[in-house]
Amino acid sequence: MRFWICAAVLAAASLGLALSPVNEYFFYAAYVVLTFVVLATAWNILGGYAGYVNFGTPAFFGIGAYAATVLFKSLGAPLAVQIAAGALMGGLLGFGVGMLTLRLRGIFFAIATVAVVFIMETLMINWRYVGGATGLQLLRPEVIAPFENYIRMLFVVMAWMGIAGVAIARYVQDSWIGRGLRALRDSEEAAEACGVPTLKLKLFACTVMGGLMGAAGAPMPMYLSFIEPASTFNLNYTIGALGGAIIGGMSHWLGPIIGALLLGSLQQIVTVTISGEVNVLIVGVLLVLFVVLAPEGILGLFKKWLRFSR
Amino acid sequence: MASLLQVKNVSKHFGGFTALSEVSLDIAQGERFGLIGPNGSGKTTLINCISGTLRNETGSIVFEGREVSRLPAYQRTRLGIARSFQVPRPFASMSVLDNLLVPYEYVEHLKEADAGKQAMDILQRIGLAAKAQAQSNQLSQVELRKLELARAMAARPRLLISDEAMAGLSGAEVDEVLKILFDLNASGITVIMIEHIMQAVMRFSQRVVCLDAGKIICEGAPTEIVKNADVQRAYLGA
Amino acid sequence: MFFSFELLLEALMFGVLLGCFYAAVSIGLSVSFGLLDVPHVAHPAIMVLGSYATYMVAAQGLDPILSGVLLMPVFFVLGVLVYRFYYESFERRGTEAGVRGLAFFFGLAFIIEIGLILVFGVDQRTVEAAYIGESLELGEYRIPYRMLVAFGVALVLTASLTIYLSKTFTGRAIKAVAQDEPALRLMGANPVRIKQWAFGIATGVSALAGALLIIVGPVEPAIDRLYIGRTFCIVVLAGLGSMTGTLAAGLILGIAESMVLMFFGASWAPAVAFGLLLLVLGVRPQGLFGR
Repeated sequence: MRFWICAAVLAAASLGLALSPVNEYFFYAAYVVLTFVVLATAWNILGGYAGYVNFGTPAFFGIGAYAATVLFKSLGAPLAVQIAAGALMGGLLGFGVGMLTLRLRGIFFAIATVAVVFIMETLMINWRYVGGATGLQLLRPEVIAPFENYIRMLFVVMAWMGIAGVAIARYVQDSWIGRGLRALRDSEEAAEACGVPTLKLKLFACTVMGGLMGAAGAPMPMYLSFIEPASTFNLNYTIGALGGAIIGGMSHWLGPIIGALLLGSLQQIVTVTISGEVNVLIVGVLLVLFVVLAPEGILGLFKKWLRFSR
Repeated sequence: MASLLQVKNVSKHFGGFTALSEVSLDIAQGERFGLIGPNGSGKTTLINCISGTLRNETGSIVFEGREVSRLPAYQRTRLGIARSFQVPRPFASMSVLDNLLVPYEYVEHLKEADAGKQAMDILQRIGLAAKAQAQSNQLSQVELRKLELARAMAARPRLLISDEAMAGLSGAEVDEVLKILFDLNASGITVIMIEHIMQAVMRFSQRVVCLDAGKIICEGAPTEIVKNADVQRAYLGA
Repeated sequence: MFFSFELLLEALMFGVLLGCFYAAVSIGLSVSFGLLDVPHVAHPAIMVLGSYATYMVAAQGLDPILSGVLLMPVFFVLGVLVYRFYYESFERRGTEAGVRGLAFFFGLAFIIEIGLILVFGVDQRTVEAAYIGESLELGEYRIPYRMLVAFGVALVLTASLTIYLSKTFTGRAIKAVAQDEPALRLMGANPVRIKQWAFGIATGVSALAGALLIIVGPVEPAIDRLYIGRTFCIVVLAGLGSMTGTLAAGLILGIAESMVLMFFGASWAPAVAFGLLLLVLGVRPQGLFGR
């Protein structure tokens, strides 16, 4: 119950912020950070709960972005429809990649996700309709009242998507589905011997992950007023999602939120003051440090500190 | 007695290595069946083929009149075949109790509250109730073995396969585990026991089969098997 | 798309040369991932590191191939250190090693790539040598000398490694540890030291592979991302742990890519490796000569 109260409060707060006279830059930056909250949360459903590493975040994110673009360009579809399409395409892609490789060991799934990124990028580069390699400019539609401008509305959309994503992750985690996923992560053979349909559960997690990532990608073309393959299918999204979940903590839905907020804020500061490359370097170093020294992430460190200070 | 499990001409290869060669068994309902053989003879491979962890290449496996060799492992568990693992595989990130919730939720489809009650029941019966909230990777060897059996029991099987559940245990601990298996059998569960500890196999089994290099070399009552020259040769070398 | 027999033959020839080069570039991964089961997604990044190292050494006036060979012992040590670190941090501890191991190597790859960008910038680097820039003329066909050099070195490298693994004592120990580690332990050999040695060799080979890379074409830090597809495609298609399979798979990929390049254009060629990889994973994941 506490969770839903917090969720409602946050949803209302985001709306309030968007209507208040806060600096425009905040909304530009917050949108990106919130995108990473959704991506990391989605990543963790398959990566943290089931133990299958997805390196292909950009593919799911990107298919959502391009699905939205196609619908917007061809039918002038409203944002809600774009997001639904993004979620659908992301989910289908997740299901497809899962069917192809989740029967195999984890590393094969991981490499297959890298493959999907490049294949998608190549397909989009060669597709005239969405602008090919040079990309496509998009004109944002009129913003709906009561929002002052489109970015503020996107901020609220992404905030609410974040809440929805976390709610989904929390449901999966606390339910019998989550227990089954943890069981197959701990020992796939023992899980099967206990009646857990491991392939079906993995497919479920992969599809949900893909759908969430696709939904997160859908508003991106509107945010940028532009879409092109190279930056959409950039592997930097991988390290953001994966890094956010691992650094924050993979065992609980709070972890990816913490990790994404941390990395997102870091990105804003470092990219502006030093450079984008140094930011990725720092994330890479943090990832390696945490994976080696603090595999339970920030959440794990916090739990240890709590036990220690008793 | 009605036949519960029929293994017919099952073979399994790993690359060039033949692990099982035309193995056939017929296990009756309610039977206490022992499976022995030296290391590498194919006992665990046979169990893996019956439980579905591995797929047999030829032959068929019929359980309660139903062909199961094409079914994935989890479906066989749901049909009533449960097994413990030779090297215990607890769900290390979960507590002992939560380990048991998994089969209750996935085989019996119970809700968490009901599953919890039944799980505590089993833990009481096998003597792990005090450790219900302990992290499962903190248990001792004998406790891990008991957890393996408890998890198999939680699946409410009609056939339970115990894969070297007593390896490395002390005399008293062996007796503990043996009692659990006897009780299970008394309640109607057919038990296949794979063991190296001969006194346990002798006391428990009504019928014993000996495997060597993937083939059955002897089958009969425990007292006969022990005296059989082929069995002695398999264990002690020519 | 204009189809002619001459074009087909040229694509085929180029594909064979390219394929052998790809095989040489993947053979290190055949050992580290194929035999040792290390989820080494940083393999292409280390190879690119080798390219840049070759660039630096060759800038002193040395031939690039020679530079690569000189770098091999350095990279051998690097490989030993990386494996040791990986083993101590992950392999020893079991359970979550899968996610953590993959994340570790992924992070490592990123660190190497960004490190290279910070030091060298994003521009392409090349090396110079007598055989770079000139081509061999065979009737109507022109074969770039640098491809022939890469082809030659690749064959020597693959052959040497295959012979090493099957004829020498340590080589066979490496294969043994891949097949049955407990048995090896029982025979008194230390599997960790053997794996360490093998990983060192695989990394040393990557140094030479890096030299070949920068000979065959210009190199920039992000090129490792493309090679993740090529190397893993080859190693999976070959069948984990098969050295001869690596050569065969390399040829298949090289020819496929060359054909696509010739008849469909450069914008499609990068996806060939990734597409082939997915195809193999879906249809025959054990590859051609799988263990």
